[in-house]
Order: sequence, then structure tokens, then C-alpha cells
Amino acid sequence: MSTRTRGALIVLGVLAGVALAAPWLSPFSHDTLDWQHLASPPGLESGHWLGTDRLGRDLFARGMQAMRVSLLIGVLAALVSVCIGVAWGATAGYVGGRIDAAMMRFVDIVFALPYIFIVIILSTLFPRGSIAALFIAIGAVGWLTMARIVRGQTLSLRRREFVDAAIASGVTTPAILWRHVVPNVAGPVIAYATLNIPQLILFESFLSFLGLGVQEPFASLGSLISEGAQEMESSAWMLLVPAGLLTVLLVAFNVLGEGLRATLESRDE
Amino acid sequence: MLIYALRRIAGLVPTLFVLLTLSFFIIRLAPGGPFDQEQALPASIRANLDAAYGLDQPLLVQYGRYLGGVVRGDLGPSFRFKDFRVTELIAAGLPLSLTIGFAATLLALLLGVPLGVYAAWRANSWAARALMNFSLLGVVLPGYVVGPVLALVFGIYWPLFRVAGYEPGDASFLVLPVVTLALPVIAYLAQLTRSSMQEVLQSNYIRTARAKGLGAHVLLFRHALRPALIPVVSYLGPAVAFILTGSLVVETVFGLPGSGRYLVQGALNRDYTLVMGMIIVYGVFTLLCNLLADLLYGWLDPRVRPS
Repeated sequence: MSTRTRGALIVLGVLAGVALAAPWLSPFSHDTLDWQHLASPPGLESGHWLGTDRLGRDLFARGMQAMRVSLLIGVLAALVSVCIGVAWGATAGYVGGRIDAAMMRFVDIVFALPYIFIVIILSTLFPRGSIAALFIAIGAVGWLTMARIVRGQTLSLRRREFVDAAIASGVTTPAILWRHVVPNVAGPVIAYATLNIPQLILFESFLSFLGLGVQEPFASLGSLISEGAQEMESSAWMLLVPAGLLTVLLVAFNVLGEGLRATLESRDE
Repeated sequence: MLIYALRRIAGLVPTLFVLLTLSFFIIRLAPGGPFDQEQALPASIRANLDAAYGLDQPLLVQYGRYLGGVVRGDLGPSFRFKDFRVTELIAAGLPLSLTIGFAATLLALLLGVPLGVYAAWRANSWAARALMNFSLLGVVLPGYVVGPVLALVFGIYWPLFRVAGYEPGDASFLVLPVVTLALPVIAYLAQLTRSSMQEVLQSNYIRTARAKGLGAHVLLFRHALRPALIPVVSYLGPAVAFILTGSLVVETVFGLPGSGRYLVQGALNRDYTLVMGMIIVYGVFTLLCNLLADLLYGWLDPRVRPS
């Protein structure tokens, strides 16, 4: 593992740790109103390390709460896309023939559609502000590439002896898929899922930026940026704090994902 | 080639049909309707409204009618913008969105590809390294971070460009939106061009060309560039789609009256026809650009040309 990758891992660990510990680190919660400090700039003496918004809510508390949402959605949506993608790809690749052709044709069509439209449409399906709905909507479109990768791997696995042996000893198709195919595609699946997480985090903050995602009183980095952008002329920190947090998060995840992929690729060779 | 192109265009029809059908039914599944308000309308008025817009018909009938309209080029009336057809609304905003999108694509190509070529040619210089590190940032950051920060720096702290109160025809409003939109594409194109250029520069025929004493310019631009551009061209389709959806963000950030904002507004207001219209128009654009990229690909790389 290169220094760069290790650095990214440490940064992510610290960020996640601080985000999780924030309720104990700061006396303010994401929806505490501090009437003494409306729109006050970052400072130590007020206790608002990263300043407050125009309702007097602490930006550190809100930023960290938003970070928890981002991490949660990134990981859960990645899980959703892994589940759908692996099931779809493994089935298509293993069963083969017309079913495979039809299933992959479906993936091709959905792939050709503008991704973000589907997320926007899906996000209208659920009551506004439901986080569960968000990660289903985001994860439900993230599985396409996963399905392709898994199918490709399955196609070659299908011809291996241990699969023949399993068929010969009378194991049912679902059991073969679950016990023999799925464990063998785990490596690339994990690598791709990690690379996918920043993408999913971006989708969440994008939807929240547009007002379709996380709703008040909860914050998302996207909604904080959108609020900050409206106040930036008088209070630049309201924009710069969430923008900085999102930047660090995304860069760290990308460096980590790239490093992981490079490691896997060099191991394959 | 022509027959191939025509066949590909015909192939778009089923994809569009699936897009239209999926989005029509999914958006109807969403809770709430276009006429839901804080205070419920009297039942008789509500019934009249539903009847006027055909919402009292069974869903399949509505779908059939809508499909019939689309085939005839009519995207229906907007539910929320009274007295406007969806076609009119989109036609009013589309020129601005397309201007921004086209300018951003052009800027990205004019900057991204040369930067990538430079970074490959002088791979070990500090400038190339700095460029590549910077491009990581460019690829990662979304428009809703870059846009407001650019507006803050170049619109407020150092007021070079105007960022509020758009006036049609004044290009100084468009500089920051275009840069915001182009930045991630520039960064990605630079990375892509660099890596494929590096690969090409290591190939045998380049070594031969170098050995027979060709100058750097001829070598780079006549021999190496065309094959190195193949991955770049295949990225162009997705890039244009990216820029189109990005214009949605940029129009929100910079308060521009383009058509992108209708998608979000329509989704929030349950303005069914407006959302559908936007999806169809932007969907057609995306699919056409992908197709164009595929055809260009065939021109650049004879190996994938259909026989």
C-alpha cells in the first residue's frame, strides 16, 4: 500500500471518527438554536469552531451530522448496488442464452439513459426526507456496472471444474450461484464498490443540493452548500465549511479507491 | 457507413420508448399530484381540473394519449405553469442551456486535450506533475462546490464577472458558469489523453518515426495524436451527457433561466408533463451524442468500422 493510499485511509478514519464522536465533542446538536450567535464567524471563544448559520445553528455539529449521512448513504447505497448487481450479473452469466441476452440488453438500455434523471424520478417516489428512500434510489441505479463486471467473471467461472463437479453431485442452480460463484467474484466486487462510494456520496449531496434529498432540520453537505451559497456574500464560511468537508471526503475516497484498484491489478499480474 | 448510421438511429427508438414508459409510470407512482396544495381544493373544482387535464382517465388511457402527443411533437400542457405548453417552456430555456453546454464542451476540448498531450510529452516535468495532481481535484469536485466558490472569488472578492441578475445577451454572466461546467471535463480529458498518449508514444511505430528523425511536432500531431484520441472520443458521449446534467446545477447556482431547472421544479411540483418533456428532450440529446461519438470512433479507428 502506497503512502498516498495509507494517508487517504488515515484521513478517512479521522473524519469518520470525528463525525461519529461529534455529539460528545461539541455541546451543540445539529438543530440547537443559539440566539446569541446568529451567523457568527468561526472562532474559539463563542464555542462555535466553524461558525453558525443564520439561525444560530452550529456548523461543526451540522457538518458532522451531514458527514454521518454522507458516509451512511455511501456505504448503504454501495451495499444495495452490490446486492442487485451481483444477483443480476451472476444469474445472467450463469444461466446464459436468451435470458442472459435479455437481462444484459436491459442493463444496456438503462445504462444509455441519463443516470441522474432516474435518480431524480426515483427520489420523488418516496416521502420527502426519508433517508432509506435516498439510498434505495441511489443504489438502484449504481448496480449496472457491477452487474456487467460480475457477469463477465461468472462467464469464465461457469466453465470451471468445481462448477461441473457441483452440477454432477446434484446441487441446485441457486445454491451453485450462492456458494460457488458469488464467493469467487468477491475481489473485483469489493474494489469496484469502494471506487463507487464517492460517486454515491456525490449523488446524495447533489439531490440534497437540489432540495430533493435530506430535509430540514437534518443537514446534508449538499443542502449546507446550497444554503451557504445564498449567504456567501456576507458570510463566506457558511459556504466554505461544507464545501471543504465534501472536498476532503471525496478526494480521500478517490485516492483510496484508486490505490485499492492498483493493488488488485498488480496482484492479478 | 450511411446504412450503419441509419440503423443506429433507428435503434434509438426502442431505448427512448423504454425511457418514456419507465419514467411515465414511475412518476405517476409518486405520492401527491400537481393540484395538491396546503389547502385542499373543493371537490367539484378538483374534479373539473382533473377532467380538463385528462387525469380522471385510467392511467393506460392517459399513457396512450401522451404517447400519441409525443409522436406528433406535442409534449402536452404544463400542469403548474398555467397556459403554457411544455414545448414552449423548454423551447424558451433550451437556447441558453445549449449555449452554455456547447461553450463548455468546446472549452474542455480546447484545453483538456492539449494539456493531456503536454503532460504525456513532458511526463517528468514539475508542471506536468502539478497538472495531474490538480486534475484529480478537478475530476472529483462537483459543480455545486466549484460554482459557488468561483462566484465568491471572481464575482464578489475580485469582481471580474457578474454573478447575479442575469441579463440576456451579456456574455460576462456566462463565463463562470461555462468554466464551472467545463472544469471536471477538462481535468478528465487531460488525464485520459495523457494516459493514452503515453501508451501510444511507447509503441513501435513511434520509435521508428523517431529513429528516422521526425521532429517533435510532426511526430506528436501527425502520428501519435489520432490513435491517442480514440479513448477521448469514446468519452465524449458520456461527457456531453455529463455537461447537460451539469447545466442543471450551474443554472441553479448562477440563477440562469435555462431549461435545466424545469426538471427539478417539475419533479418537486409533480408537474408530470414538464418532467416527462425534459426527460425526453435531454434523453434524445444524450442518446444522439452517444451515437455521434460512436460514429466518430469508427472514423478514427478503422478496425471498428462496420464492413
